[in-house]
Amino acid sequence: MASGAREVVIKVRGLVNIMGGRLIHDHLDLDVYRGEVLGVVGGSGSGKSVLLHSIVGLNTPREGQIEVFGEDSRPHRERPENSVQMRWGVLFQEGGLFSSQTVAENIQVPLREYTKMSQELMNEITAMKLSMVGLPEESATKYPSELSGGMKKRAGLARALAADPELLFLDEPTAGLDPISANQFDELVRDLQKSLNLTVFMVTHDLDTLRAATDRIAVLVNRKLKVGTIDELRRDPDPWIQEYFSGARGRAALGT
Amino acid sequence: MTDIQDFGTSKSGAGFRVESLDGVTRLVAEGNWTVRVAARLDADLRALDLGRPPEVAIDGRAITKLDSAGAWLIIRTRRDLETHGVRVTDVRLPDLYAPLIHTIEQEHKAPPVEVPRDRGLIRILENLGEGTIDALRQGYRMLGYLGRFAIELLEAIFQPRGNLRLAALFTQIEEIGINALPIVGLLAFLIGIVMAYQGADQLRRFSAEIFTINLLGVGILRELGGLVTAIIVAGRSGSAFTAQIGTMKVNDEIDALQTIGINTFDVLVLPRVLGLIIALPLLTFYADVMGMIGGAVMCYFDLGITAPAFMRQLHDAISLNTFWVGIIKAPVFAAVIGLVGCFEGLQVERNAASVGKLTTRSVVESVFLVIVLDAGFSIIFSILGI
Repeated sequence: MASGAREVVIKVRGLVNIMGGRLIHDHLDLDVYRGEVLGVVGGSGSGKSVLLHSIVGLNTPREGQIEVFGEDSRPHRERPENSVQMRWGVLFQEGGLFSSQTVAENIQVPLREYTKMSQELMNEITAMKLSMVGLPEESATKYPSELSGGMKKRAGLARALAADPELLFLDEPTAGLDPISANQFDELVRDLQKSLNLTVFMVTHDLDTLRAATDRIAVLVNRKLKVGTIDELRRDPDPWIQEYFSGARGRAALGT
Repeated sequence: MTDIQDFGTSKSGAGFRVESLDGVTRLVAEGNWTVRVAARLDADLRALDLGRPPEVAIDGRAITKLDSAGAWLIIRTRRDLETHGVRVTDVRLPDLYAPLIHTIEQEHKAPPVEVPRDRGLIRILENLGEGTIDALRQGYRMLGYLGRFAIELLEAIFQPRGNLRLAALFTQIEEIGINALPIVGLLAFLIGIVMAYQGADQLRRFSAEIFTINLLGVGILRELGGLVTAIIVAGRSGSAFTAQIGTMKVNDEIDALQTIGINTFDVLVLPRVLGLIIALPLLTFYADVMGMIGGAVMCYFDLGITAPAFMRQLHDAISLNTFWVGIIKAPVFAAVIGLVGCFEGLQVERNAASVGKLTTRSVVESVFLVIVLDAGFSIIFSILGI
C-alpha cells in the first residue's frame, strides 16, 4: 500500500485498556488514513468496541495517546469552533437513536446543534439523508420504538451522516440485518465513501462486509492489533486469524 | 452587457454570483460549499430572483469543497429553476464530485420531510379523544390484571404446585423491608420529634402538656406511622418494581420468560406484592416504635417528662385498638403499592423513555391511592366507632 504520504486521520499510540482487572489492549498502535475503510475484527470480548469507544473519547484509556484529526478526541466541556465531534459521525450497535424524538428530529439534532439552518433546509436535508440510507419517506415521523432493527440502523446511519462528517464510525453495522439489507449496507458504505471521500472505521464480524467494503482490516488478537489487507492477513500464521479467514464461513465469504 | 450580482463570494470563502452576459445568465459558485455555510447559502439562494431568464447555466468549477448539503443546494436550485420554466443548460462541477451528485440525484427524488407542528383545536380534540380511549383501555387492562392476580394468588394458596417462589419472596422482603429500615426509622423518629414539639407548644397554653403524649400515641400509631411508611415504600419499592419490570420488558426478558414457559406472574408479580404485604406491616410497627422514641426524647428535653412517666401516660392514652387500627391498614396499602408498581411495569413499551414515564406514574398513583384509602379507612372506623 502506498500509504506513506497519506494524511493520518486517526492516530493511536501505545493504547492500554484495562477493564474489570483484565488487560484488554496492550500498547496498541494504529493509523487510519483519509479516505480508507478500515474493518476491525476480533473474537467476542476482545475489545473491539472498547477500541472504538476509546477513539471517540467515550472511554479514557489507562495509557497511550489518541488523536483524531490531530486533536485530542475526548469530549470537551466547552466545544471549540471546529471540534472533532462535528467532523465525525458515529453509528452505535443498536442505533443509539433518541427515543423521545422522531427519526426526522433525530437526524436534525447535529444540524440544529452545529449550524443555523432554516427548518426548511433541515427538512430537505433530512429527506435527502433518508433516501441515501434507503429509508422510506414515511419513517421520518416515526419514533425509534416503531422501527425494526434494520431500520433503526439505517436511521442511526442517517443521523451519523447528517452533518456531513469526514469520518464515520460504525459499530457492527450489518449485525442483525438480513443478507440483502447487509449487501445494500455494504454498497451504501462504499458509495458514500467514494462520493463523500469518507474515512470509515468499522467494527464488524461480517466477512462479506469485510470483503466487499473494507480496504484494510485490523485484527485484535492477544490484546494486539494486526493490520493488513485480507490477502496479507490470510498469510498470517496466527491460529485465530487462520481460523477466522480459513474456517468454513471465511472460505465461503472469500471465495476460496 | 455585463451585469454581476455578488453573493458572499468576496466576503468569505463560499458564495455565488450571477453574471448576465449577452443574454446568458450564469450562476457561478465558488469556495467551500459545505454544511457549515449551508444556512447562509440557502437563505441567499432562496432570496435569489433571476428575473426569469430563458436559460441559466450553473458553473461550479470554482468550488473547492463540496459535501452533501452543498450538493443538495445546487441540485435544489436547478430543480427550482426548472419547475419555474427556466431551462438549465449546463451544470458544471469538478469531476471529483461527480459520484456525490450522482448518489443524491439517483437516490433522492422525494419531497422534503415535513416535521408536523401540533397546533389548533383539532389537535386538542384529538388529544382529548386519545386520552379518553387510553384511560378506558388502561381501566380494562387493570381489571384483567387484578383478576389474573386474584386467580394466581388463590391458586398459590389453595392449590400450591410450587408456583410461589419462596427464594424470590424472601429476597423481596429483604429488599423492601430490611433495607428500608434506616430511612423509615429516621423519618419516623423525626416525625415523633416534630409532633411532640409542636403539640407541646400548643398544649402548654392550657397547661395540658402531658396530653402531648396522647397526641403522639394516637397521631403516630393510628395515622402517621402507617401513612409515612407507606409513602416512603411507595417511593422506594413501588418505583423499583415498575423500573425493574419495565427494564425487563425493554430487554425482551419478559418474552424470554414466557417462551421458556415460566408464568411471569409467579416470578415477577406474586413475590413482589406478597413480599410487600408481609414487609409493610412490620415496617409500620417499626416506624411506630421509632416515632414514639422520637416523641419521648422530645418530651424529656422539652417538657422534662421522664421515660417512666411517658410510658404511664401512654398506657392510659391508648388502647390496643389504636395500634391495630394503624397496623391493619398496612397490608392494604402494601397490596395497592405492589399491584400498581407491577402493573405499570408491565405496561412499559419497548423504549427507555417509557420506563421513566411509567415509574413516575406508578409512584404518583400509589401515593394518591394510599392517601385516598387512608381517608376511606378513617370514615369506616368512625362509622364503626373504633
